[in-house]
Amino acid sequence: MLWVLRAFSSSVGKKFLMAATGLGFCSFLAAHLAGNLTVYWGFDAFNSYAEHLHALDPLVKFAELGLLTMALIHIATGLTLFYQNWTSRPVRCQVKRAAGGRTLFSATMPYTGLLILAFVALHLITFKFAKGAEETVSQLASSVFANPLYVGIYTVGMLVVGSHVAHGLWSAFQTLGLSHPKYTPAVEKLSLLFGLVVALGFGSLPFFIVLMS
Amino acid sequence: MATINLTLKVWRQKGQKDKGRLETLPAPGISTDMSFLEMLDVVNERLTLEGKEPVAFDHDCREGICGMCGAMVNGLAHGPERGTTLCQLHMRHFRDGDTLMIEPWRARAFKVVKDLVVDRSAFDKIIAAGGYVSASTGGAQDANAIPVPMETAEEAMDAAQCIGCGACVASCPNASAMLFMSAKVSHLALMPQGRPEAARRVLAMLRAADACGFGNCSNERECEAKCPKEIKITHIARMNREYMKAVFGSARE
Repeated sequence: MLWVLRAFSSSVGKKFLMAATGLGFCSFLAAHLAGNLTVYWGFDAFNSYAEHLHALDPLVKFAELGLLTMALIHIATGLTLFYQNWTSRPVRCQVKRAAGGRTLFSATMPYTGLLILAFVALHLITFKFAKGAEETVSQLASSVFANPLYVGIYTVGMLVVGSHVAHGLWSAFQTLGLSHPKYTPAVEKLSLLFGLVVALGFGSLPFFIVLMS
Repeated sequence: MATINLTLKVWRQKGQKDKGRLETLPAPGISTDMSFLEMLDVVNERLTLEGKEPVAFDHDCREGICGMCGAMVNGLAHGPERGTTLCQLHMRHFRDGDTLMIEPWRARAFKVVKDLVVDRSAFDKIIAAGGYVSASTGGAQDANAIPVPMETAEEAMDAAQCIGCGACVASCPNASAMLFMSAKVSHLALMPQGRPEAARRVLAMLRAADACGFGNCSNERECEAKCPKEIKITHIARMNREYMKAVFGSARE
C-alpha cells in the first residue's frame, strides 16, 4: 500500500486530495442548505426537518465521521500546500502584477479556508454543542441570532464560504482532470452560481430568523 | 522615426552569492521600432562605452521560438502584451517618460546566475526524466499507417509549441511548473507514439519537478495568461488525468 501514500504525497496527488474532499464538502453544503431552507416554510417545518434528521441518528453519526475525516485531510493537505507554495519563491519580485488569470476568489483560497475553519468551530460551539435550555432548533437559532454580533459573524462567514466554493468547485473539476470543451464553460459558471447560492441562501437565514422571532 | 525616453530600473546581481539590487538606468532616444532586447542592447552599448558592466540577459533567436529570453517587465512575465516573448515585444507599446521595472524570473527552482540571467536547468531535469519517446522509429512509415484525428493532431501541436521559457513558473503565484510539464505530457499523451510510455513518463516527470522545488498548482490561471505560446490549462487537466491513470490504472509505482 506504500504506492498509494506515495501517489498522494506528490504535488498532483495532494491536489487530488483537496479536490475530492472539497467536492465532498460542496455536496454537504448543498444538503445542509436544502435542509436549512425549510425555515422559509416556517419554524414548524424547520423543527420537523431537524427532528426527522436526528431520528436517523446512526446515519448522522456516520456522516459526521466522514465529514471529520474529510476535514482533517482537507486542512492538513491545504496547510502543507500553503506552506510549500509560500516557500517555492524565497526571493520575490519588487513589482508583481496579476496577468488576468487569478480572481479575488482564487487568490484568497488559503485565507478564506482558514476563516472557514474558525467559523466552523464557532458554528459547532453555538449550535451542535449548545448547552442552553432551548428545546427546538428554531428556539436555539432565535436565541443565537438575538445577538447582532452573531448575525454579523454568520453573514460574513457565509460570504467567505461562498467565495471559497466559487473557485473551489470549478478548481476541483480541473484538478481531477474533468476538463472538456463542451462542459467546462458550464462548470465554471456553475461554480460561480453555487458560490452565490451558498452565500445568499445561508446568509439570508439569520435575518429571516430574526424577523420571525 | 519616433523615439521615446525611458527610465529603467534593472535588477543587478553580480553572481549567485551577491544579494543584488535595483539599478536605475536612463534609456533616452529609444526608437519605437526596436524590440525590447534591442532597447537593452542600446543601453548596454552605452554602459560598455562608459566602461561599466553591461546588463546580462539571456537571448538567442530573437524571433520568439527559442525560449531563451524573458524577464519580468513591470511585474509581468515577457511584459504587458499577450502571447509575446520579450524579444518580440516592441517599444511602441511603451510611452515617452515610462519607468520600466525589469527583474529576473523568481522561483526557488530558478536561481539567478547574473542580473536577468536565470538557471532554468530544472526544466532540463524534468524533460530528461521522461519528456521524450524512446522507441526507435526505424524507416519512415506510410503517413496513413497510424491514423490520428485532425483535432487531436492540432491539440498535440498546440502543446508542442512550448518553448520552455519559464514564464509560466515566473507568473505562477506558487512558482509551479505545471503548465510546462503538462505541455510535454499532454503533447506525447495525445500521440499514438507516446502512449506506450505514458504512465512511466508522467510519474517520472512529476517526481523530477517536485524534487526541483517547484510549487503546487492551485488553478490560478496566471500561467495561461502569460504563456507566450498561449498554452491552455486544459493540458494541465490532461496531465492530471494521465497521472490518475498511471497511479491507479498501471502496474507502475
